[in-house]
Formats: sequence, C-alpha cells, structure tokens
Amino acid sequence: MTIKQLATSVAAAALIASPAFAEVDFSGKTIEWVIPFSETGGSAKWANFFAPLLSEELPGNPTVVVKFMPGAGSTKGANWFQEQEHEDGTLMFGTSGSTQFPYLLDDPRVRYEYSDWVPVMASGTGGVAYLNAEDGAKFDGSANNLKGIDFIYGSQGATRLDLVPLLAWEMLGMNVEPVFGIKGRGDGRLMFERGEATIDYQTSSGYLGASADLVAQGKAVPMMTWGALDEDGNIVRDPTFPDIPTFKEVCEATDGCETKGEAWDAWKAFFVAGFPVQKIAFLPAGTPDDVRDAYAAAFDAVRNREDFATIASKRVGKYGVFVGEGAEKATKAGTSVSPEAKAFVTNWLQEAYGVSLK
Amino acid sequence: MDVFATAMPALGQAWALILQPVVLGYLVLGVVMGLAVGVFPGLGGIAGLSLLLPFMFGMDPVLGLALMVGMVAVVPTSDTFASVLMGIPGSSASQATVLDGFPLAKKGQAARALSAAFTSSLFGGLVGALFLTMFIVVARPLVLAFGLPEMLMISVLGLSMVAVLAGRVALKGLAAAGLGMLIGTIGEADAGGSLRMATYDIPYLTDGLKLVIVGLGIFAVPEIVSLLRQDRSIAKDAKLGAGWGTGVKDWVANKWLSVRCSLIGVVVGVIPGLGGSVVDWIAYGHAVQSTKDKSGFGKGEIRGIVGPESSNNAKEGGGLVPTLLFGIPGSGSMAIFIGAIALLGSGDIEVGPSMLRDNLDITYSIVWLLALANVVGTILCIAASGGIAKLTTIRFTYLAPFLFMLISFAAFQSGQNFEDILALFAIGLIGIFLRRFDWSRPAFLIGFVLSNPVEKFSNQAFQIASFRFRKSFEEGLDYLFSPIVIVLLIVTVVSVVLGLRQAKSIMAEGDVKSGSKRAPLVFLMLLMAYVVAALINANMIPDYNMTDKIIPLAVSGITLTALLILLVQMLLRPETDAVFADKEVAGEDADAPYGLWGTLAWFAGLIVATYFTGFILALLGFLVAFLRVRAQAPWPKTLILTAAGIALMCVMAGALNRDFPPGLLQQAVDLPWPLK
Repeated sequence: MTIKQLATSVAAAALIASPAFAEVDFSGKTIEWVIPFSETGGSAKWANFFAPLLSEELPGNPTVVVKFMPGAGSTKGANWFQEQEHEDGTLMFGTSGSTQFPYLLDDPRVRYEYSDWVPVMASGTGGVAYLNAEDGAKFDGSANNLKGIDFIYGSQGATRLDLVPLLAWEMLGMNVEPVFGIKGRGDGRLMFERGEATIDYQTSSGYLGASADLVAQGKAVPMMTWGALDEDGNIVRDPTFPDIPTFKEVCEATDGCETKGEAWDAWKAFFVAGFPVQKIAFLPAGTPDDVRDAYAAAFDAVRNREDFATIASKRVGKYGVFVGEGAEKATKAGTSVSPEAKAFVTNWLQEAYGVSLK
Repeated sequence: MDVFATAMPALGQAWALILQPVVLGYLVLGVVMGLAVGVFPGLGGIAGLSLLLPFMFGMDPVLGLALMVGMVAVVPTSDTFASVLMGIPGSSASQATVLDGFPLAKKGQAARALSAAFTSSLFGGLVGALFLTMFIVVARPLVLAFGLPEMLMISVLGLSMVAVLAGRVALKGLAAAGLGMLIGTIGEADAGGSLRMATYDIPYLTDGLKLVIVGLGIFAVPEIVSLLRQDRSIAKDAKLGAGWGTGVKDWVANKWLSVRCSLIGVVVGVIPGLGGSVVDWIAYGHAVQSTKDKSGFGKGEIRGIVGPESSNNAKEGGGLVPTLLFGIPGSGSMAIFIGAIALLGSGDIEVGPSMLRDNLDITYSIVWLLALANVVGTILCIAASGGIAKLTTIRFTYLAPFLFMLISFAAFQSGQNFEDILALFAIGLIGIFLRRFDWSRPAFLIGFVLSNPVEKFSNQAFQIASFRFRKSFEEGLDYLFSPIVIVLLIVTVVSVVLGLRQAKSIMAEGDVKSGSKRAPLVFLMLLMAYVVAALINANMIPDYNMTDKIIPLAVSGITLTALLILLVQMLLRPETDAVFADKEVAGEDADAPYGLWGTLAWFAGLIVATYFTGFILALLGFLVAFLRVRAQAPWPKTLILTAAGIALMCVMAGALNRDFPPGLLQQAVDLPWPLK
C-alpha cells in the first residue's frame, strides 16, 4: 500500500462517519494546526492525538495537519499567530504552559495577546512531587521533618513550569537547590534515578509512565500532587491520584506554610496557568461565531466518543477537556493573574535565582 | 539466569511476529520511504516519521512498528549518498564519512566508497542488534552508572579527537575547535537564559545555530563552490574507477576494525543524553590510531569510511535502550517514535520501565526489525550505488545549481526562517576561508557539536559535586572520580598524546602550499576580532549567572591565547611556513578558471531573489539564468532541467507537507502553493 492509497482509505473511512452540518463546511479543505514547539515535545503529542479525531468530527471532514513552528520557547510561533487574521477557518493554533508563563511574567519578547484569540478547546494535566527513599521515610504528611535537608532538583529553568514546584517547596520551608539546564522532565527523572537528584516532580503522564514504577520498587516516595480544580475553582485531590495528598493539604499540615496571603495566591495563579489549563487550541482573531461553534461542536463530539476515556488516558491523561464556553472560562483563568501575584513572583525570581525578565 | 529464561521464549515470539509476509512487506515499504527521505540532506527521520504518524492510530502494533522502524533504520544509511558523492553531511551520522568518502568520489571511486560504507552500516546494524539482544535485559543498572561526570568525560573524549584532526599546525586545529565551540554557544544559555553574542532584536540568534546549517555551511558550501570554480566533474576526468565489488572486499579486509567500531557505536548509543554526535568522531579517531600508515586519511582512506559507518548504524540500536527502557528519547526521531508507539493498536504498549516486563517480545521485535531493515536497506543501496555513482561524472556546472537548491531548502527546513538561509551563507563563508587557509574544518565541527554537551554536563556536574563536597570531601571525590571517569580520563589523555603525534600526517585538505603573508594574516585578525568580541560579551554576563558565563569565557580565553601565539609565529616565520597555508597560492583552486566571488555571487543571488520573490520564483529565475549564462546550456536543455528541478522541489515538499521560504512578494500578495 502506498501513502496515497493509505490516505484515500483513511479519507473514505472518515467520510462514512461524517455528521451533517449546515452552515460551515470544510469539505476538501486542509486545516493547519500550528504548534509553536518542535515535533518532539508534549504539545506535539497532544495535537497529533486530537488531529485525526477532529478531522472525523468537523463538518466536511477536512484533513487536519499539524505543523510545527518552534523557536524561542514558543514565543516566535505565538507572535506569528498574533499577526494572523480569520480567513476561511482553516487555521488553528495550540499553546501550552510555556506560552502562558512568559505572557504572564511580561517577558519582553512577548508580542501576543491572549484575549484577542478565540479559544475552542482547553485541556489540562496534573503533577506529582516525590522524594528519594531515605528522605521520604521522614515525610509524615507535612514537611516539618524535611526542613534541615539539602535537596537537589534537576530543573528546566525557574521561569518555566518548574516555577510551580520550586515555589511550593520554598513555601514549605524546604531547601531545594535546582540544577538548571536539563531538557525535559525525563532527564530530571533520570538524574533522580541515578541518585544525583534527590527530589523530583513529573506531570501525570510522566509519573504514571515511569515514576510510579520507582515508587512500587521502594526507590521513591510520593510527596504531594498539585491538585485539581473543582467547579468553583477550589483545589481538590487530583482524580488520577486520589491517594496522594495535595500541596494544599501538606502546606496546611506544615508549620509556617499558609494557604492564604500573597505567596499562596501567586502559587495558585501560576498553578492554574500551568496545569489545569495547560494546553489551549485557538482560532485567530476575528473568527465568526459559526466557525467557532463548528469547532467547539467537533471537539465536544471528540470528548464524547465512547472510547475517548480509554485512548485519552494513555496519551494525554484523564483530565477534563473544556470546549466552547468552558474553554473560554478556562482560558481566562489560565491567562490572567493579579498584579500582586505577578509582582510577588517577579520579585521572588529575582531574589532567589537572579532571574530578571527585563 | 532466570533473566535469560524469560528472554529466550520472548525472542522466539518476536521472530514469530516478524517473520510474517505482511510484516516484512511493511518493513520493505518503510525502508523504501526511509531511503527516499534520507537521500535528501537535512530532512532525515523526523520528517519521515511525522509523515507516517497519522496512519499509526489503531494500527496493528507489529505492522506499525515494521513501517516506522524500517524508516528510522535506513536514514543513517542513505544519507551516506550525499556525504560521499557531494561532500554534503546529511545528518550528524555522516559527518565523519565526508572526510574520506568525498575524496574517494573525487578519485572516481564513489561506488567503492559507497559499497564499503553500506557494508559497514549493515554489519554495524547486525552487531548492534546481537549485542542488544543479550544486553537489553541487564542494561538498566549499567545505564544508571553513567552520571553527569561520566557523560562529561565522554564528551571530552569526543572533543579530544580534535587532536587527531588538527592538521599540520596543531594550534590552528585547537583554535578552529575553540571557534566552533564559541559559535555553538551563540544564543540563549540553557541554564540561566543569558544571551551570548545575540540580542532579542534578532530573535533568530537567540535559539542558536542548528547543526544542519553548520554542517552544510562548513563542508558542503566550500566544496560546491570550489568544484564549480574548477568547472569539472566531481570524479577527476569523469572516469569511474573501482566498482562496488571492491568496496565489499575493502570491508572484508577491515572486518575487525568494523567489529570494534560497531561496539563503540552501540555502547555510546546506549548512554542517554549524548546522542549520535560524538560516536562518528570517536570511531574515526579509533580508525586513525589503529592504522599503521596514516598518510591516506583525509585523502580517501577506506578505513576512514569503514570505522564511522560501522558505528553509526550500531548506534541506532544502542539508542533504543534509553528510548525503550527509560522512555527518554535519544534523538528527535526517537521522540516521535515513542509518541507513535502509544498510538498503535489499543494503545497498551507503554514505552518505559514496564516495557521489558510486559512487552519483552515487542522489545525484541523492535531490535530485530531494526537489524532486518538494515539488511534490506543495504541491499537496495548497494544495488543502486553503481548507477548513482555516475552522478560524479557529470560536469559539475550542471549539478551545482541543484545542490544550491537542495542545501537552501534543507537549511530552511531546520527552522523555517529566512534567516536559516542567511546563516547558511555566513557559515559557508567561514567554511570557505577555513578551507582556503587550512584551518581544520572537522575540528571546527567537533567543537560546535560538543559545545552544548560540554557546557551542560560540566555545569551540572560541578553543581552536584559542590553539594557533595559540602557533605564531605570523600563523597565529592567519589562522585567525580568514579572508576568509569578514571578509565575515560586515561583513554582521553592517551588519545590526545597519540593524536598530536599523528596529526601532522593527516592532511584533510591535502598538501596546501604556503605563499604570501597578507591573506592568512588578515583572516587570523578577523578570527581574533570575533573571539575578542565573544570574550567581552561573555564577561558582561553578571556573576550570579556563572553557569552561563564560565564556558564561553574559558573557551574564548584559550582560543585567544592560541591565536596570539599563531600571530607571533606569523610575524617571526618566513612566508613559506605551514602557518601561511593558502589554497589560492597554488593547486586546484588557484588554477581554477573562475574566481571565488563571482561563483559565490550566484548563490548570493538565489538568496537575495528569495528575499524578494519567495523561494520557488527565485529558483526559477536562478536556474534559468545559471544554466544559460554560466553553463552555457541551449534553451531546450535549460528549460527541461529547470522544470525538473522545480518539480522535484514541489513533489518533495508537497509529499512531506513542507513550506518554502516566503519573500516580500508573498507578504504583499496572496499566492497559491507552491508560490506562497
């Protein structure tokens, strides 16, 4: 079978399952889904997972191709998308926490404005922090016994998603020294396995894929999850890890750590931007409502597939997929922080790590 | 022994899975597609795999694996075509092959070089698979023994190959490597995010330069320009010598070298985080040191091909260990491979620690599919090599415009910026002058490739060591000087000492004559100006970001010292001394009928036209003008060749869903693909 035959048979199969949609029709068109990262990252995985499913559900069954535009940690692609305008609804863009954090922290390279774009789908993930076996034995649900220990952590950089765990550990009064410059959390886990790092965190899929194995072998002890958000925006236990306490619980049990005040508010704001609303699919500015609704309906159909839970849990984790209004609300929550939270984090980055974003 | 008790049945099941006609059919399909993609420089496995991804969803796991493994396995095989025939390193796997492969092609022995390379690749692939079959079940603790100090030492060992490839004047080789490292540090630092020789006003520079661009610029551009100036065919006098049978015999004569280099490949490939960048050079260095008469290296020594080619396919097998056991991709294509595996079947194959426990049969299937793909790919490549070698007898003026087309396209694919092509031109210019004045280009490339690993591992190892030293002095020493580190240290020292002694007889650029003082001196001053700028720039990074500062500072300091000593030597020595080597004084370049700048202007013209009208329109004008004016081709021939070139670009980009560089015209007017 050649590629072409493969393509035709896939297209034919898709055609049979096509739903009838009146106004918007993408028959014979190609939708470009631009991802501002390289082919190898988590966002690529995410888009590649949704693309064929979306193609089946969009009216007219267009081909959905994922295109990559890496550069400057996604800032290049996002700046490019800012310049795009609605034409025929065949352009979509995907962002991740790495696009949101520079935006929230006023990185000088950011020339994009989230509120100009039209969100159609948002999805999230969770995260789990864990300790090495020796220090993990001293963990009793609070960080009180961990305070005198020097921990080493393999980090991708304090201004990235790692801001969330680093700030959490600091709030618990733990002394965690980050070793910067690793690429990807997998490298961080390897450092932990070699015994060079003594504390680590993974996003849910990374934890399930490999770290849970270390826990089962007694080489690691889970400490806390970042939690998940309920309908009212409260932090509750992560549904994927109901047995592991959240940071909020550990913080409450630890002397000197408070779940209110500016540090807590700042942590929570960045947690929301980095985890429950981590990846968002956008249409460009000026997209009319009928096109937006067609996309929202298609994503809704995708998440309501019978087998969605099974295939998604392997690829993108068991977390909520927000569409339509839900996506808009989630986007708002994930892309806005109060000026106080921003000021707190900017100041903390400068004092703790000498990072200045000017 | 119970490990092997479970391994043996799994191995049997794996073979039962593989040896089905339909599986083999998919494997061959994957191999053919991989060869087609791999022949074009700069595309490689990532582009091919991305193309396959949409079809993997729900596909039968073994069929999907056969298709993907077939494709991944042969890319390092087929990119040998470009490196041997045209002197274009297609990927990091073929950097070292260029050194001796291209000189052989120039001697009219392309078919011999190709078949020796392919036979070595095949053998390397098989040794890799055999080794892995036994090793993979016990690999985990061994892989974990390689911490940051060990990885740093392997990178340093790779860097020490500069000594062998330094050329006649060791200081020039050192300075070239230092310059390569400095170019490698351009952009945002990994650790603290400081900018080195870059500014946010030119966002392109903040990401640093890509290996594809530097490889093409340093090796391909100077060779293309030089051959074009001489207006001849690649194979001198357009005669083909030894055929593919000779190449196979060459491999038989060097089979033990091939075994050793295969093992080097598989072992280095196993270590996560290093990837393939060092393997070639370590294997090449080993080939040099284990050869009695070293005078042939760089001029077409067959052992210089057998060594690296044996190692680079074995490395692909080794690279499966971190990928499958730890879920940590050793390369870009492996990252996509991991993602694709999750799509297969019902999605229950999970790459990671559970792979060996739950899917040992699948693991073995992957290992042996890789070996089989190597066999199929090699047979196809050897069968084709005799015919493809005829390309080297064509008058180069007819090849050059298409090579400019291909390398521009390849460079653009690395980052999809117009600046990619500009960077290619700029690096190409550096490459041209390094070649002219006999500064070791391999040393420059090794420096560039290893700049990032050396910086990253030394910073991280230093940080962790300082935490250990804080605990106790012994713990720190234990961490830094593990038995593996000590062994690697000894190997490195020995190879530097031996290398320096041997370097004088290895003349990668041939015997370059010396003549006037002025031109080499001016080039030295230019290099010095850049190094001084880099030094000042690094010094301006604030001290709290020491991790971003120390390596550029140290490297530019050492390089500057080497350059200053060279400057003194130049002032003191007569103009016939080797430090004044200059290809424009005597030899092929000096006797060439066309000048450097006139020839380079054609390439520049293509780039400038692309800036205004986009790539395809610029290419149309470029091909027509070049073939009519420079090649003096008649109109029918011009039009047919132009149409063929543009059609090739469109088919390739269309099939792989790639764009072309847009120009100002495209910003103003909306044009249909491929003009957009």
